[in-house]
Amino acid sequence: MTFWNDPIHFIAEWLRGLFIGWGMSGDVANVLIALIGAVVLASVAMVLDILLVWVERKVVARFQDRLGPNRLGPFGLFQPFADILKLIIKENITPAGADKVPYNIAPILAMTAVLLLWAVLPLAPTIFGVDLNVGALYLIAAGALGTLAIILAGWSSNNKFALIGAFRAVAMMVSYEIPMVVTLLIPTILAGTMSLNGMVKAQDVWFVVLSPLAVIIFLISAVAELGRAPFDLNEAESELVAGYHVEYSGMKFGLFYAAELLHAFTFGGFMAVLFFGGWRGPWAEQYPLLGLLYFFVKAMIGYWVFMWIRYTMPRIRIDHMLAFNWKFLTPLAFVLLMVTALVDKALAGAETWVYALGMFLANVVVAWVTVEILRAYSRRRRLEEEAPAKQVIRTGVEGQAAHH
Amino acid sequence: MIPLSWYLILSAALFSLGLFGVLARKNAVAILLGIELMLNAVNVNLVAFWRYGNLTSIAGQVFAIIVFAVSAAEVAVGLALVISVYRRRKTIVADEIDMLKW
Amino acid sequence: MTPLQLVFLLTAALTLVAAFRVVTTRNLVHAALWLVVTLFGVAVLFVLLNAPFLAVVQVVVYIGAIAVLFIFAIMLTRREMRDQGAQLNKGWWAAALVSLLTFGGLFWLTRSWDGFTRTAAPLPTGQDTLSALGKALVSPDAFVLPFEIASVLLLAALVGAVYVAYREK
Repeated sequence: MTFWNDPIHFIAEWLRGLFIGWGMSGDVANVLIALIGAVVLASVAMVLDILLVWVERKVVARFQDRLGPNRLGPFGLFQPFADILKLIIKENITPAGADKVPYNIAPILAMTAVLLLWAVLPLAPTIFGVDLNVGALYLIAAGALGTLAIILAGWSSNNKFALIGAFRAVAMMVSYEIPMVVTLLIPTILAGTMSLNGMVKAQDVWFVVLSPLAVIIFLISAVAELGRAPFDLNEAESELVAGYHVEYSGMKFGLFYAAELLHAFTFGGFMAVLFFGGWRGPWAEQYPLLGLLYFFVKAMIGYWVFMWIRYTMPRIRIDHMLAFNWKFLTPLAFVLLMVTALVDKALAGAETWVYALGMFLANVVVAWVTVEILRAYSRRRRLEEEAPAKQVIRTGVEGQAAHH
Repeated sequence: MIPLSWYLILSAALFSLGLFGVLARKNAVAILLGIELMLNAVNVNLVAFWRYGNLTSIAGQVFAIIVFAVSAAEVAVGLALVISVYRRRKTIVADEIDMLKW
Repeated sequence: MTPLQLVFLLTAALTLVAAFRVVTTRNLVHAALWLVVTLFGVAVLFVLLNAPFLAVVQVVVYIGAIAVLFIFAIMLTRREMRDQGAQLNKGWWAAALVSLLTFGGLFWLTRSWDGFTRTAAPLPTGQDTLSALGKALVSPDAFVLPFEIASVLLLAALVGAVYVAYREK
């Protein structure tokens, strides 16, 4: 075993030898190494977060035809450090009448919920926190904690805007969790396992080819789960000032902000893992560090798509958003799940290309039927809306004729 | 190793606390909270008996999942009732909701 | 004392303290938040019992849906949230007595059973509990009927909840 083939185990073995050399027992050394691993993983995510602040500010600037931060360091790369410094030296305000303990726990919980996700993210063939056999569900579980953080923040701030933001967040996240769970079951069917590393290993053909519709549904529900535009109703600036974090200042607000950015990047990573082959790429099996590179490039592209959507779409009204979920996205996800399961059973044992083609065609058929149903529905709605209007115009004209 | 007795004692304590909540609380929502505690105690027991009993039979976990479903249904209907009563009577104190019809 | 035992004792203490706060706290939102802590403790117990699937479902269903629903309902009925007077009714001492007797009875009952201090057999290697569970839930000679009835129950609860809480315009 050399460093290049399996870096994490190489370092772990080396550390283990070192600790035992210092006179520790094997068990204690193992616990200590696991702890160090967890701290390192969380630190990498947080350091990456600093970079993401720069990426987000730079990309939004380009979308809005500006230059973005470009004064501090090369390409403005040191801007995030200035931002952090500013947030740290700001006064930490706890509003009067706030519920102190939940108020202070909420930002930490928001960040924790995101960092928890990194525990199951397979970064490279041998580089991951744990390979849970319920990894796909774990994703939803961590999301539930994020929802809780928003409720805590909104409720404990003792502010009506914050509370409305929290209400909206609950309505949105609880409902968009359903299509997300259902679409997570589609890669589960295709890979035959819920373990995320197992899913990556099963993607000889990327799942985006097998099930493009699932990618779209997952993307939409992920945007809702992230609470980013066009689903950023929980912090809609033009209506709620800043929504659930309106009362937060300084680094407490900073934690919400950092959690949001890292959450978006992490979901880009999950898109890559679930549908775009994760760390797979040429020579990734032999050299895990290469897999790490592939993963981060794919995750960055996913993150860029989230930003693209965010800075292009206007905000959706809350009733439209809920209706869109319950009347369109959820039924579609269920139909797609059933079709995928049936096709998977029908084509079990077929050759890879037959299987892939069958799955793809099934998706195309589902998409086509959906579009046809939507078209028929909107035609009917249009006729209903136009019919009385025409009548009014005609009576108007006749009335004028009679008058003459 | 953790003996089975630890789980059983914990679960009994959790169940009793839930029972106390159900019997002693005035607020209807708080009574539902107590019921949740009792259902969780049952789940701990079911899974512990699965783990310490016959591992090839999965019945304990299946029962736990059905308890999940039942408690989700119970909370949905229970809270809907509480909210509906609150709208009409402006109270959620269980003692004041004592008429059969209004 | 092994590390696992330590983890169990800490989790158990946290769970019981949180459960006690659930039934005694005056502020109902706090009670719901303590319920979240209890539910999380139970999830940790599921992990200790080698049932990771149930642990994750516990977090998704209980914390993600049920506890959030509770907090929602408490906020909607918030006029009662301002704690006017006692949160416990007049007969609370009788309730305390009954629950103490229940605990004592359960303790006595299980202690007289000879499997009380049983320890767990090691999990057989290569046994996939998750797929066994999945197959048991949909297999006709196992639990498909209870499973289907549970899903019908959920559907009925969904329709019922919407009907009951619907406000006529």
